[in-house]
Formats: sequence, C-alpha cells, structure tokens
Amino acid sequence: MLPLLLRQARRILLTVLLGGLLGATLVRMGPGFGVDERELDSRLSADSQQAIRAERAKESNIALFYVHYLGGFVHGDFGFSRSLNRPVAELLRQRLPLTLESLGLGVFGGASIGLLLALLTVWWRAPGADLVPALLSGLCLAAPAAVIALVLLWMGPWIGEATRWAIALVVFPHVYRYAKNQLIATSESPHVVAAEAKGLSSWRVLWAHVFTPAAPQLAALAGISVSLAFGAAIPIEVICDSPGVGQLAWRAAMDRDLPLLVTITVLVALMTLVVNSLADLALAAWKPSSGGAAA
Amino acid sequence: MTRKQKLALVVLGVVVVASLGAGLLAQSSYSEQFRDAISAPPSARFWLGTDELGRDRFARLLYGTRVSLLLAPAAALLATLIAAMIGGAAGYLGGRWERLVTTGIDLFLSLPWLFLLLAVRALLPLNTSPVTSVMITFLLLGCLGWAAPARMIRAGTRTLRNSDFLVQASASGVSRRRLFWRHLLPNLRPILLAQFWISIPLFILSEANLGLLGLGVSEPVPSWGAMLRELENYSAVLQNPWMLTPVVLLVAVVSCLQLLLGTEERMPC
Repeated sequence: MLPLLLRQARRILLTVLLGGLLGATLVRMGPGFGVDERELDSRLSADSQQAIRAERAKESNIALFYVHYLGGFVHGDFGFSRSLNRPVAELLRQRLPLTLESLGLGVFGGASIGLLLALLTVWWRAPGADLVPALLSGLCLAAPAAVIALVLLWMGPWIGEATRWAIALVVFPHVYRYAKNQLIATSESPHVVAAEAKGLSSWRVLWAHVFTPAAPQLAALAGISVSLAFGAAIPIEVICDSPGVGQLAWRAAMDRDLPLLVTITVLVALMTLVVNSLADLALAAWKPSSGGAAA
Repeated sequence: MTRKQKLALVVLGVVVVASLGAGLLAQSSYSEQFRDAISAPPSARFWLGTDELGRDRFARLLYGTRVSLLLAPAAALLATLIAAMIGGAAGYLGGRWERLVTTGIDLFLSLPWLFLLLAVRALLPLNTSPVTSVMITFLLLGCLGWAAPARMIRAGTRTLRNSDFLVQASASGVSRRRLFWRHLLPNLRPILLAQFWISIPLFILSEANLGLLGLGVSEPVPSWGAMLRELENYSAVLQNPWMLTPVVLLVAVVSCLQLLLGTEERMPC
C-alpha cells in the first residue's frame, strides 16, 4: 500500500511541476505579457516608468519566472486576474464551491443511473433488453454538452437545477457502457456459471458474484468521470448562466486572461489527479478482500 | 464490418455527398443576406428559415457540414499520426524514453480536454480571418488530441516488440529505423484505424463546444459549432425550436453513426 501511496504522490508532484511549467510557459509566451498599463500613465515620471520596466524585465527569464510562479502557486498565490481585476485565489474561493457541488451531485447521479441501468441490462437478459439504455446513452454521448444543458434548461420547472442534471447526463453514458461491458464479462466467468447451477437466486448471483468482484474496476471510473464532468462544466455553466469555475474559465479565455485560465486549468488537473489517485488507492485496498470473495 | 456499420457508412456517405454538393443544393451562398427575411421561419423559399442576419439556414447547414465533417477526419488523421509516432516510438524503444512519454501522456490526460483546448486556443490569435480560424481550430484539435490514442498505440507496440517476426528481422540485421517503419507500423494498422474512427466524433463534438463558446470557426464561415452558438440566446431558441433543431439533430445523428463505426468498446478517456 505504501509504495502505491508514494507512487501516486510522486505522480501528482510531477504533474504539478510539469503542469506548472506548461502553465508558466503559456503565460510567459502569451500575447500581452510584459505590457503594463501603468506605462501609459502620463503622470508617472521617466524614473517610475523605468522602474516598472525593470520590474517586468525580471520576468523575461523563463526559468526565473517559472520558479517565481511555482513558488507563488505553492503558497496559495495563484496570480492576479487582469480582466476581473481581482486575485485568482479570491475568484476561485467564490466559484469553486458551486462547481464542486454541481460536479459532486452530477457525477453521483450520472454514475448511479449508469450503474443501475447496466445492472438491469445484465440481470434482464432478454433480447433487446438494452435497447432503451443503449439508445439513451448513444444520444447523450452524441449530443454536445451545451445542447444537453439547453434541453434541461427548457425542462427547468420540472427538474430543478439544470447544471447537475446536465453533468449527470454527460457522465451517465460513459459509466453505462463501461459498466455494462465489465458486468457482462464478469457474468460469463466460471464462478458465476457455477453459482447459477447451484440454484442461487438471480439477484444474489448478480450482487454477490457479478457486481462485487467487478466493483474495483468500476471504482476506477470515478477519476475519469470527474475529468469528464470538469470538461463538460464549461459549456454547461455558460449555457445555464451558473457562476462556477467553468464559466470563469470561459470568460478568462474570451478576455485572454491567461494567468487566470492557466491557473484554473492546472488546479483542475490537480483535482482530477487527486480523485484518480484516491480511486487507485481504493482499488488497491479493495483488491485483496474482493479477490478472496471471488475465489 | 457489420450490417449496422455498413448502413452507418451509407448514411454518412449521403451526408458527405450532400455537403459537397452544397453549391448545387442550396439556393444561395452561406453568407448572402436577405434583409427582407430576417429570422424568417421555414418556408418554400428558405427550407430551414433564416438567421438574425437574414442568411439561409439550409445553405449554412450544408456548408457547415462540409467544414465540420471533412476537417474533423483531417484532425483525427493528424492526431493519429502524431500518436503513432510518439506512442509507437515509446513502445518500441522502451526504457527512459517510454517513461518520459508515459509521463507526458499522463499529464495530457490529467488536463480536462476542454480546459486544455480553451487554454491553448486563448493563447492563439482570436481575431483572425475566417479561413485561418478554421485551420487553427482543427490543427489545435489534431495537435492536442494525440494523448489517448498514443497510450493505446504504445500498449500495442509493447505487445509487438517481442514478437517472433520482429526478433527475426532484427537478427537478420534490419536497422531499427526500418524495423519501425516497415515492420512495426504496418502491424499497428488495426489499432491506428480504431483510434482514427474513435477520434472523429470526439473532435466533431469538441468543435461544436468550442464554436459554441466563441472560440472556434469565426463568422461568416459556418460550422456546426458556429451555428450552435445561437444556443447562447436560449430564450429565442426555446420560443423558435426550428432555429436549431436541424443542426442539433445532424450533429447527434452523425456522432452516433461515427461512434457506431468506431465499434470497439473501450475505457472512456
């Protein structure tokens, strides 16, 4: 368990370092870097303007800039948003809770719907049993997230918060397709055939001999679902006018506020990695016991 | 190829032919404005109505289909080629190079796709000519979409690396470069093809989302994403669903068909 924990920590650290380097390079190379509006202020003396230029010149060395950027990042100083004229940390503090709530409920809802439909499909083995879930998942998979959000917005009076439902519908088809394949593969294992031959009830076989052994693999979907949901949150929050991190990223892109955009991207990547690592650790912790159960 | 896939291919072929024949099928150009028929509903003159600038929606849909449907495969081809080079070389060479590439792939995959696209797209010029914006959008998709296919290709190459025919060719004195180009890559063809087909619907939907966010193909060139941008004015769309129903249906149907052609069930990424 400890080596895995260390491996995950190393992976996260490496990604933050590389992501930080990528982010710092993007910010450094981005248009508008090195331009300071204060230089246009005619009230400033030549000496003051020189001092401002000297201050910016320090950041022209990309290695120094990266160290400075990363140092600030580690200390919670995520930079300053030029377009919104506020510190990025403050903006994130305001908007992150809303996005996390939508993501949490959306991912939970999507994963629950997907798993439930996959279980029903495997349990009810009649020909064409998966027709409706397959069509539904195909439709959700083929529709842009923004279109799903719009349809749900239209249904607003009946369903309540559209953002969560839209995220759930983006996550659901991925969970359904993967879970169905995984459960079908497990249900064809010799131990399941033996359990059925012994006359165990179909629900018991499904729960104890199909779902439980497949659960660790299904848990691995958590990380992917979070990544998917974060990506989908941008168009969904824009369409639903939900003041979350997705909408903030979109505004930053439209206003070319690269420090804000890059910081959000690196932070979101970090969160995704942490969730992925937690899923991996849960998988590792579960494996010995599930292996025993399956045996 | 199954019967369903053959059917999907035929329907996709019809859509592609219709988009290629846009000049013949549409009564006007995609940018021609009819000032006497602004936001007109569907009629005999304008089959799908007109937009708020008085442009024929049917013509825009056909030309937009051409842009989205022909450039998404081009971007998928580029992404698959980059993935084949990077993933193939990593799997073949192994060791430090493979670890480095794997870290790069992990990094790319840990960044949510749309966030990454948004960040890099914002870095590039936004006020470009329409044709340049088309090129930038699809080059971006092609250049950033290599990570997931590269992981699959690396895994496939690792399996092939120790196969008998490669060991035999190596023992016969074939150079490593020749081994890679002449013996390894051709045997990766099924994986490359699968990754190519899988990438197309992903890129179509990404272009649609980027266009909707105003970071895709710029006006007046139509694309599915650019047309979906009208979703921003959702109160108007909800009052007049005919405005966007055709393009939404077309995106959904084409993506479904592409998914059907991508056959192999896989771990979503």
